[in-house]
Amino acid sequence: MTETGYNFAYLDEATKRMIRRAILKAVAIPGHQVPFGGREMPLPYGWGTGGIQVTASLIGRDDVLKVIDQGADDTTNAVSIRRFFARVAGVATTERTAAATIIQTRHRIPETPLREGQILVYQVPMPEPLFRLEPRVAETRRLHALADYGLMQVKLYEDIARLGHVGLSYNYPVMVNHRYLMSPSPIPAFDNPKMHRMPALQVFGAGREKRIYAVPPYTAVHSLDFEDHPFRPIRADARCALCGSDASYLDEVVTDDAGGRLFVCSDTDYCGERQARQRRGEAA
Amino acid sequence: MTLSPGFADPVAEAQQSFRAILAALSRPGRVQSLGAGLRPPAPLLPAAAAVLLTLADADTPLWHDAGAAADAWLRFHCGSPAAGRPGEARLVLACGAPPPLSELDAGSDEAPEDSATLLVQVAGLAEGSGWRLTGPGIAQEHRLLVEGLPSWFPAAWEAQRRGFPRGVDVLLCAGTRIAALPRGIALGQG
Repeated sequence: MTETGYNFAYLDEATKRMIRRAILKAVAIPGHQVPFGGREMPLPYGWGTGGIQVTASLIGRDDVLKVIDQGADDTTNAVSIRRFFARVAGVATTERTAAATIIQTRHRIPETPLREGQILVYQVPMPEPLFRLEPRVAETRRLHALADYGLMQVKLYEDIARLGHVGLSYNYPVMVNHRYLMSPSPIPAFDNPKMHRMPALQVFGAGREKRIYAVPPYTAVHSLDFEDHPFRPIRADARCALCGSDASYLDEVVTDDAGGRLFVCSDTDYCGERQARQRRGEAA
Repeated sequence: MTLSPGFADPVAEAQQSFRAILAALSRPGRVQSLGAGLRPPAPLLPAAAAVLLTLADADTPLWHDAGAAADAWLRFHCGSPAAGRPGEARLVLACGAPPPLSELDAGSDEAPEDSATLLVQVAGLAEGSGWRLTGPGIAQEHRLLVEGLPSWFPAAWEAQRRGFPRGVDVLLCAGTRIAALPRGIALGQG
C-alpha cells in the first residue's frame, strides 16, 4: 500500500533535481566523486542513506526494484529498503536479478550478469579510496586532480613485500577509464572483474560523506595491481552446499561448536534459481 | 499573453525526462525521446524545454538566446537566475549558433563537476551515420549524424577534450529527440 503525505519516492522535487544533476555530472566524469546535498533520511547513516537517495531520484512508477544486502534479498537492510520504496513510491519489487530495472546493493554485485538498461545502485560507506593513506580531504582532491595515485601503489607494494600478496579482500581499489582511482564500495575483490565493461549503468551513493559517483556502461574498470603481481579475485575453495555452484561467491556458515562449517552462495537469488532448475531437472 | 503549461504531471514527467537524459549521457550518441507533450514558445523546442524543466531551478544560473517569450516561460516554470554571459551559467541553451566552448565554464581539475551543460537545438539527429563516437558508455562505436551544428564544433570539441576532466557536457536537442556528448567522448570523423 502506498503511503500518503509524502511526495512520490519520499524526496521533494528540488532535492531530486539537485541529485539528478549530480548523477549526470558523475556519469560524464566516470569515477569522479561529485558532492551533493545529502538529506537526512528515515534510516541511520551506514544503512544505505546514499544509495536510497540515488534510487529515490532515479525511480519511476514503471520500475521494478530489487534490493540486496551482501547478496541476500531477505536480510533486514534489503527488506526494509524494498518495503520503503514499495510504500513511498508504490513500485513493483522483485528478488529476481533478471526482472529488476534498478538494483540497489549493499556490498555485492549479483552473480547473474546484468544487461543494458539496468541500473546498479551501490551503498557506499566511504567513497574516498585514499582515505586511509591521506586523511586530508583537500589533499585527496588535489591527488585526484593530478591523477597522482602513487600512495595507493606504494600501499599495495608494501603489502606484497610484507605478506607476499595484497592484503585487501574487499573494497579493492580500481582505476576507472584509466583516469580516476575509485572505491568500488566494500564489495569482495571477487566481484571487481564484473565491473569491467558492465552493460548496466553503475551509480554509487555515499550518504554520510555526501558523494555520488558513477561508471557508465562498457567502461574500463581495472583493479590496481602490478605486472608481476596481477590482481587475483579470491573465492573460498568449495562448492555451495545448497546448489553446488563452484563459481559463485560463498559465505561460510558455522554449523556447530566442533569446527563444523559449510559454504553457501552469498547471492540468494542465484542459488535459489539454480536449486529450482535442479528440482525441475529431477522431476523431468 | 498566456503562458503554455509545463509538465502536466510534474513528478512523473520530470522523472521520465531525467531517465531519458541519463540514458542519453550514459550511452553517448544514442537518441532518446522526451518532452512529447510540451508546447513551449518558439524557438524553444520540446526536448530542450523538457531538459530545462527537469534540471533547471534556482540553483542553476541559465543563459539562453531564445528571446522574450521563451524567457518568460522559462522564468515562470524553472525560476533560474539569468546569467549575464554564457561563461557565468551552469546551464546554457543555444537555439541559434552556440557560444564557443572555450567561453563556457569548464569547471576546475579538482571540481570538474562545476562545469556548464550546453544544450544546443539542432536541425536533426540520426543514428547510423556521421561521427564515429568512442569512449565511456560505448561498447565499440556509436554513429551519430548531427545536422545544424557550426563547422567549428568538432575542432573545438577536440581542443576541449585535451583538458579532461575539465569540460562542458553537450546535450543535442532536435524536436522531441535528444543525444548527448559527455566531455570524455571522442568524435571520430565519418
